[in-house]
Amino acid sequence: MISVEEKITAEEITIENVSRRNFLQGMLSAGAFVLWMGRSPLLLKAARSGAAPFGAIAATPGAIPSIDATAFHPGVFLGIEPDGTVYIVAHRTEMGNGVRTSLPRILADELDADWRRVRVIQGDGDEKYGSQDTDGSHSVREFFDALRETGATARLMLIRAAAQQWGIPETQCVADPVHSVTDKNSNRQFGYGELAAIAATVAVPKKEDVQLKTAKDWRYIGKPAPGYDVSDVCSGKPLFGMDVHVDGMLYAAIAHPPVLGGKVKSVDDSAALKVTGVKKTIPIDPFTPPHAFQPLGGVAVIADNTWAAFKGRKQLKIEWDNGGHAVYNSADYKKQLQETARKAGKVVTTMGDPDAEFGKGGKTYEAEYFAPHLAHASMEPPVAVADVQGEKVTVWSPTQNPVGVREEVAKALGLKKEDVTCHVTFLGGGFGRKSKPDYAVEAAVLSKKTGKPVKVVWSREDDIKFDYFHSVAAMYLKAALDDNGKPKAWLQRSVFPPISSTFDKDAVYGSPGEMSLGWNVIPFDVPHFRAENGQATAHVRIGWLRSVANIYHAFAVQSFANELAYNANRDPYDYLLSLIGSGHVIEAGAPSGAGMAEKYPYDTARLRRVAELAADKAGWGKKQFVKGNGMGIAVHRSFLTYVATVVEVEVDKSGAVSIPHVVTAVDAGIVANPEMVRQQFEGAAVFGTSIARTGEITATNGVIDQSNFHDYPLARMNDAPVQVDVHIVESTAAPAGVGEPGVPPFVPALCNAIYAATGKRVRELPLTRNGLS
Amino acid sequence: MIHFKVNGADRTFDGDPDMPLLWYLRDVLGLTGTKFGCGMGLCGACTVLDSGKAIRSCSKPMGSVGGLEITTIEAISAHGPHPVQRAWADVNVPQCGYCQPGQIMQAVSLLTSKPKPTDTDIDDVMAGNICRCGTYQRIRAAIKEAAKEMA
Repeated sequence: MISVEEKITAEEITIENVSRRNFLQGMLSAGAFVLWMGRSPLLLKAARSGAAPFGAIAATPGAIPSIDATAFHPGVFLGIEPDGTVYIVAHRTEMGNGVRTSLPRILADELDADWRRVRVIQGDGDEKYGSQDTDGSHSVREFFDALRETGATARLMLIRAAAQQWGIPETQCVADPVHSVTDKNSNRQFGYGELAAIAATVAVPKKEDVQLKTAKDWRYIGKPAPGYDVSDVCSGKPLFGMDVHVDGMLYAAIAHPPVLGGKVKSVDDSAALKVTGVKKTIPIDPFTPPHAFQPLGGVAVIADNTWAAFKGRKQLKIEWDNGGHAVYNSADYKKQLQETARKAGKVVTTMGDPDAEFGKGGKTYEAEYFAPHLAHASMEPPVAVADVQGEKVTVWSPTQNPVGVREEVAKALGLKKEDVTCHVTFLGGGFGRKSKPDYAVEAAVLSKKTGKPVKVVWSREDDIKFDYFHSVAAMYLKAALDDNGKPKAWLQRSVFPPISSTFDKDAVYGSPGEMSLGWNVIPFDVPHFRAENGQATAHVRIGWLRSVANIYHAFAVQSFANELAYNANRDPYDYLLSLIGSGHVIEAGAPSGAGMAEKYPYDTARLRRVAELAADKAGWGKKQFVKGNGMGIAVHRSFLTYVATVVEVEVDKSGAVSIPHVVTAVDAGIVANPEMVRQQFEGAAVFGTSIARTGEITATNGVIDQSNFHDYPLARMNDAPVQVDVHIVESTAAPAGVGEPGVPPFVPALCNAIYAATGKRVRELPLTRNGLS
Repeated sequence: MIHFKVNGADRTFDGDPDMPLLWYLRDVLGLTGTKFGCGMGLCGACTVLDSGKAIRSCSKPMGSVGGLEITTIEAISAHGPHPVQRAWADVNVPQCGYCQPGQIMQAVSLLTSKPKPTDTDIDDVMAGNICRCGTYQRIRAAIKEAAKEMA
């Protein structure tokens, strides 16, 4: 549940001298000096196992040279070899978010390391890193300070090592040119590699002695850099969970209960067992509610290759007891949500006295919006390999949540978390799906039952039918208007089966986390405001998907603002600016946590600025449009980042929508790597296109109707936005999120553009429900 | 016994003729650069070359590969990066990267048949390859760059 909240709690990182800790025995010589950030001896584990850049490819030992005993290891994040190679641990998950590039570059900057000599090692799941849960767009913002401090500490120790060697004051030494220390008076020089062994004997500097650079001296932070792994990715290296091979492993495909909570009544596996390559079938126990991250249950087909497992599964004849959720039908459910949204709900926030304002009987405007379930559909379906050896388990998994894998596997097998190792592979997309480790638990359960390593492979059909779905949602909005058509009072009510239903079967209301995602406040200058939430019972697994509740909340709020503009006969952009006003800080919009309101105030002046920037760059009001063409704008703040998006559309007579141009303006505070930010926002427009145009998961009698890309289509090159321009606001504010904030404003901006082009208002997603395609 | 070539090497197969080429490449030969995405020829993650022309290996049963000359992503970069791979790096195309081997193989095939593709050519041919991260505009740019370099 914590995953849907805007997590910003940075853990205190203490730099420690750990030279005499027992865990170093046998790995480093007695004289070696090791510092660490109060986290994990991961580099040392990597050295011991000869592990490749990440554990999954341990089949190629020696791919990374083992770490020298005299090496300088000033922390879990960092090691320096005598040959000058700098190793930096990426303890977050790479899934296209760029963390294996952006995070190490923050450290390398303060270290004054040569980026070409930096090697990135993927961290295993280990609670000593703190949360590794890579979601909520918080990797950079949570670790920016810690990575800088680590790099600067190491740089100072290298300088002190050089000063000691030369017998001169450290003030006479400078970390320049890159990757070396120079004596300013004589131009003598040591490379970092030459200093490693000496630096390993230098005491940890006091925190107050460590000087961070000023922004003007940054060599990597804020400068665009391509992905660290681009060439490996483009040459088809075995990087992903799907690519993991462990000697002797078996392959499994699982026939999951078609309805959530269903159970096997009877199974006839005789035909399945005749398939070439199929070894056996194994029942998997149904979960005990709440389902959380437990396997769904069903029947596994174990084979000696993936295809045989898939083919054998098709031959299973299973009679299911579908259970209570077989009542779930999307069309009926939609009506229920809409009816609930029309009635008073649980109050989330009240400002001023909206009831009094509505009671005055002036002009009002109301509208209802609806958005269906969505599936994550990452290109790599869920997959995991587990090897249970007695009381010890090794898991290789594409996971956003390696500690979660360890906890859930341990729970399922009756072991301790410490008995479970999780090697994190690259993810072929995650989008929140791979925060949920159910598939890794399946692999572990089957490995235990077979006594062999087992690779569980989900087909695309499994992925779409048995997802943790993004919530279906109904929204009702009402405004009391003044004579100029501006809202004096604003009521908004959303109803959706909450993510908490995954962890509490009786949960029916949105959590505070979900309410903080674009619902508890609006960025508008409206004196009387109330946000409400109505109850809804979940009948499928609900989970967080990239941008989470912001998607439907921003769709409703930003569509409604656009409707009010037309209702007032105003230009939608001018009207939007008048709604935002000149800018103010919304106190109720601050994230929780000590000091967070000061660090991340919800400042609508920043939202206004991105709106102005996007409109300016898009040529708002300057471009002339013929019928069928038009522009729409929407703004939204999520994951502490302010975004405005202008979408241009062409809609032909058949209702086919094309998107020639998208302009997005972003204020994410200090940006670690603008190249990665641009990629995230380009991708967000495409992700948003899939949501808006065709994204819809429905159910009949509890069974999901969609199964693959023919009936759950995703944006393709010929229907995605042709050109997405991303403009990043230069900022000195604290870094905020970038992976998710691009998605929420895109969808209403597109729908607003369609209205401008055609006069057709989209109040229900996707476009295919509106005679559009 | 079925005879065919993979990345220039002679291969034979006498297993289940229904097994798609994809799973033979991945699970039997260990060539995991070719990815599984949908199993129905809908996403292009499994794209390989058959005598230089893109095919979907997930929908190509082993029973029908007799005489084919298959090339996978691993072989186009065996002697240093292919111009298409270089262009992919120059433009910094990948995000998660999972679909990119398939995208690259499709682009190589496109540039073989159309060395100077128009935007429409690119969109038409590449529309069969899904990228969930949404790297399409960079893919288009990279194909144009590769076309220039290969001209």
